[in-house]
Amino acid sequence: MPDPIVVLIEDEPQIRRFLRATLNGQGYRLFEAATGADGIVEVGSRQPDVVIIDLGLPDMDGVAVIRRLREWTAVPIIVLSARGQERDKVTALDAGADDYVSKPFSAGELLARIRVALRHTAGASHEADEAAFKVGDLQVDRLRRHVALGGAEVRLTPTEYKLLTTLIRHAGKVVTHQQLLREVWGPAHTDQAHYVRIYMAHLRHKLEAEPARPRYLLTEPGVGYRLAAD
Amino acid sequence: MTGARPDPDALLARAKEEEARKTRGRLKLFFGAAAGVGKTYAMLEAAGELKADGIDVVVGLVETHGRVETEALLKGLDVLPPRLVPYRGTTLREFDLDAALERHPTVIVVDELAHSNPEGSRHAKRWQDVLELADAGIDVYTAMNVQHLESLNDLVAKITGVVVRETVPDSTLERADEIELVDLPPDDLIQRLQEGKVYVPQQAQEAMRNFFRKGNLIALRELALRRTAERVDAQMQAYMRDHAIAKTWPVAERILVCVSPSPQAAQLVRAGRRLATHLGAQWIVAWVETPAAAKLSQADRDRVVQTLRLAEQLGAETVTLTGSTMSEELLAYARARNVSKIVIGKPARTLWKRILMGSIVDALVRGSGEIDIHVVSAEKDAGAPAPASRPVTPTAWAPYVEALAVVAACTGIAWLMFPHLGLSNLIMVYLLGVVAIAMRSGRGPTALASLLSVATFDFFFVPPFFSFAVSDTQYLVTFAVMLIVALVISGLTVRTRAQAEAARSRERRTAALYAMSRELASTRGVDDLLTIAVRHIVEVFPADVAVLLPEGGRLTPRTLPAATLHTDAAEQAVAEWVYAHRELAGLGTATLPGAAALYVPLIGSRGAAGVLGVKPAEPHAFDNPEQLHLLETFANQTALAIERATLADEAQASQVRIETERLRNSLLSSVSHDLRTPLATITGAATTILESGTRLDQRTQQELLESVRDEADRLNRLVQNLLEMTRLESGALQLHKDWHPVEEVVGAALGRLAKSLGSRRVSVSIPPDLPLVKIDDVLIEQVFVNLLDNAIKYTPPDSAIRIIVTATDQSLTAEVADHGPGLPKGQEALVFEKFHRAASEGRRGAGLGLAICRGVVQAHGGRIWAHNLPEGGVAFLFTLPLTDAPPASVPADA
Repeated sequence: MPDPIVVLIEDEPQIRRFLRATLNGQGYRLFEAATGADGIVEVGSRQPDVVIIDLGLPDMDGVAVIRRLREWTAVPIIVLSARGQERDKVTALDAGADDYVSKPFSAGELLARIRVALRHTAGASHEADEAAFKVGDLQVDRLRRHVALGGAEVRLTPTEYKLLTTLIRHAGKVVTHQQLLREVWGPAHTDQAHYVRIYMAHLRHKLEAEPARPRYLLTEPGVGYRLAAD
Repeated sequence: MTGARPDPDALLARAKEEEARKTRGRLKLFFGAAAGVGKTYAMLEAAGELKADGIDVVVGLVETHGRVETEALLKGLDVLPPRLVPYRGTTLREFDLDAALERHPTVIVVDELAHSNPEGSRHAKRWQDVLELADAGIDVYTAMNVQHLESLNDLVAKITGVVVRETVPDSTLERADEIELVDLPPDDLIQRLQEGKVYVPQQAQEAMRNFFRKGNLIALRELALRRTAERVDAQMQAYMRDHAIAKTWPVAERILVCVSPSPQAAQLVRAGRRLATHLGAQWIVAWVETPAAAKLSQADRDRVVQTLRLAEQLGAETVTLTGSTMSEELLAYARARNVSKIVIGKPARTLWKRILMGSIVDALVRGSGEIDIHVVSAEKDAGAPAPASRPVTPTAWAPYVEALAVVAACTGIAWLMFPHLGLSNLIMVYLLGVVAIAMRSGRGPTALASLLSVATFDFFFVPPFFSFAVSDTQYLVTFAVMLIVALVISGLTVRTRAQAEAARSRERRTAALYAMSRELASTRGVDDLLTIAVRHIVEVFPADVAVLLPEGGRLTPRTLPAATLHTDAAEQAVAEWVYAHRELAGLGTATLPGAAALYVPLIGSRGAAGVLGVKPAEPHAFDNPEQLHLLETFANQTALAIERATLADEAQASQVRIETERLRNSLLSSVSHDLRTPLATITGAATTILESGTRLDQRTQQELLESVRDEADRLNRLVQNLLEMTRLESGALQLHKDWHPVEEVVGAALGRLAKSLGSRRVSVSIPPDLPLVKIDDVLIEQVFVNLLDNAIKYTPPDSAIRIIVTATDQSLTAEVADHGPGLPKGQEALVFEKFHRAASEGRRGAGLGLAICRGVVQAHGGRIWAHNLPEGGVAFLFTLPLTDAPPASVPADA
């Protein structure tokens, strides 16, 4: 497999420099754009495997760039955003972004997100292989609808199970409340965010050793949830 | 008498005047005896000379009346375009005051000072325009004739037989810094007139021919010369005073002019004014409201009001006194004010009336003591409008019917008594009835009752019965005495009642004023003060009221519950004018009388604080100077209260500024230290790696890089806290509340701190049945993060941390406790203050974390506190209310 291509849309030269060093060192081929308009052209011409975009661009809103890209490509998009801008993150995710990293971030964090994104692109082509999911002590066999923790079976209600499998489908990526509501309860219930929270609490009590210090079912305050992937 | 001692009041007044003169423009008046003496010519000539000297001169308005010589002078001068005012089918060319103020030349020429402006102009009179120009710092050249001078108005009318309606108050003449008399001998003037060089309007030719008789011209010339000489004399005195040329500090004289409702009162006021001017004295014009005044017709009352207004225009102080006898009241007031001379009109009472009832002059002279009494003859003024016949006031019939009924009742009672008692007792019954009527009604019904009583008594009880004939002449004496007694009693009663009425109404006003001041004194905040003031003003003067205060450079009406007057753009402009000039304007005044409301400046000790707009329910309510003064007193009280409030606000604001300054300094020192330390570490470590590169061993390199990362984290936390604090303080913080399990929020906080917690033991106790809480999860997570971070910072690395959440029906309590050294005694509350840091050395952070916690918790309606634990360590606790109804239940799971 050739080196994965990453397009970085970011106006800060210092951040571009640091990411260039990091990503090139990790075997990615990096193409950079300093504006949203250039970024869209770059994505069109380079056919990247991952797009990294900063939300604050000089020429246009990062969310608008995401919407434009989503008109014609399903390429994974990772958003760079500051802490305290949870609303912006949710907007970007709802507009079609796949994940986000809060600035300041460590190289490890970003690389992990990129890996998850690439895995999901690859996974889309062999869906069947993904029937079995494993992280830490948690094992889920989706063919047999079997959930086990450290080898012992855990009994889940249908909604809990549906919630868990939805998270597994996006394992490692952040999933917004809206997304979960839509996929588990259906589009009619998207204003009932507390459903998700109650069922997440149920799941944690069944799957986590310490529900108040979760290992698998992580909360991203103000944004959504993330199922730990590795 | 106190000889040459300077009067401090006069000194102060002079000092103030000097001060005002410095900023005011100079006023130069070209003064003439009659039209045609060449005032306009002289004025333009002077303007031309100024122009030649390079001074910015503009001709505001000049009437050349087509005279060629005059028009020639206009050449080369800037002339302001006139304001064109449509008026009854023609167009008037008027002086454009706004354009002149806008243009703001050094000197402006404005002719015809006595001119009346057409309706809709800002001021009713041109002299007001001129004063406004001078107030704005523009020098003004203007011209007028002697017959237009207010105090000489009646004299001129007497001399020439022509009444001049357009007058200029003497105060304007006194305001003039310079008077140039333009003089022309009468013969020359008449010659000029015959040559057609004097402009005379077509329709006034006849009157003018009368006016320009030689005798008239000589008299007018004399008046003009004398007036100018008086002025020169006054200037001389002022000069002597200013340059301390001793001898004269004239003892302050004070003149009291007593006016009546008679049409001659205006003449009396003018005479008083002339006397006051001659003596250089202060003068007061008084009107005494005796019980008799209650009978005055509306026309008479109006005339009194007009007389008092005239007096004010002429520079007098006016006062309305209330009392039973005019002479006593006047003398008491005169003594209280140190009046040296009383001026009074020659009594109009006929001789027999004077003998019967006495004359005020006699009473005054008897009681005056050291005060001089001047009696001024009051001739019928040819020009003055004939006194309007007293209109018949609509009679209220009810009291008369009542009088009839009472007399009838008395007759009934007397009839019953008649067989048993003597006639003298029956008379008493009638007298009782008359007194009863007098106590309830006015003079008319009482007189009727008196007469009727005598008649019925005669008719029914005096033989021959049932006839008005009288058999015994001694009864005539009975009738006479009965009638006189009845009338005297009724007179006394009516008078007492009227006095009581007057006293009551004064009392009411004083009480209202007192009530307002008292309430204002105990109130804070401008809007509260204004609400009270407006409420009281509306109580006393039935009116729509508005208060306009300056806001951002513009007068803005305050929205108050009782302020019902709406000011549109035009009214707003009037208010602006009042605010700028600190003078009354609007309805019922000479300035901008077209306005719907009267505008009173709110003048405090530091200038105008705002404007009070009053639209009385009855348009002429403020024509009475006394009412106007009362309103002004209310306005002054309000102004002082506003000023007090603003001063208090300013004091508070400066306190806040000092506090802010202190905080800023503390922030600067804290932030500069906290920003520099990590930056120094980062820079140091990075440059070491860059410069020493490969010579460093692996371990050292690793350590340096870790310190870069840790310090960057610290910097990030600091910046985050600063941002958070700024958002909290600026009020930009918006809570995005939703229903959350607390456990999840705690979990997220612990997750975020996983790295700094390391291997520390953290015990979490949350009841499993805890309901969802309506919170902003991001912010409450931040609270937990800050509290945990605090615990991590101040406790040994291996000590345990405890999180306990409990709940009641009303609220939820979260506790974060550690096993560290605890808080220093007395610091439990201080730790939540901004930039407060525990005194121990080597700790990091700007002291914002706990302050942010407090801000967030308080924004959620909860509270936060800390206390040391008996077993060691400190517990931070905060509550969140559980008052919101929980969300709809979750659908059952199959």
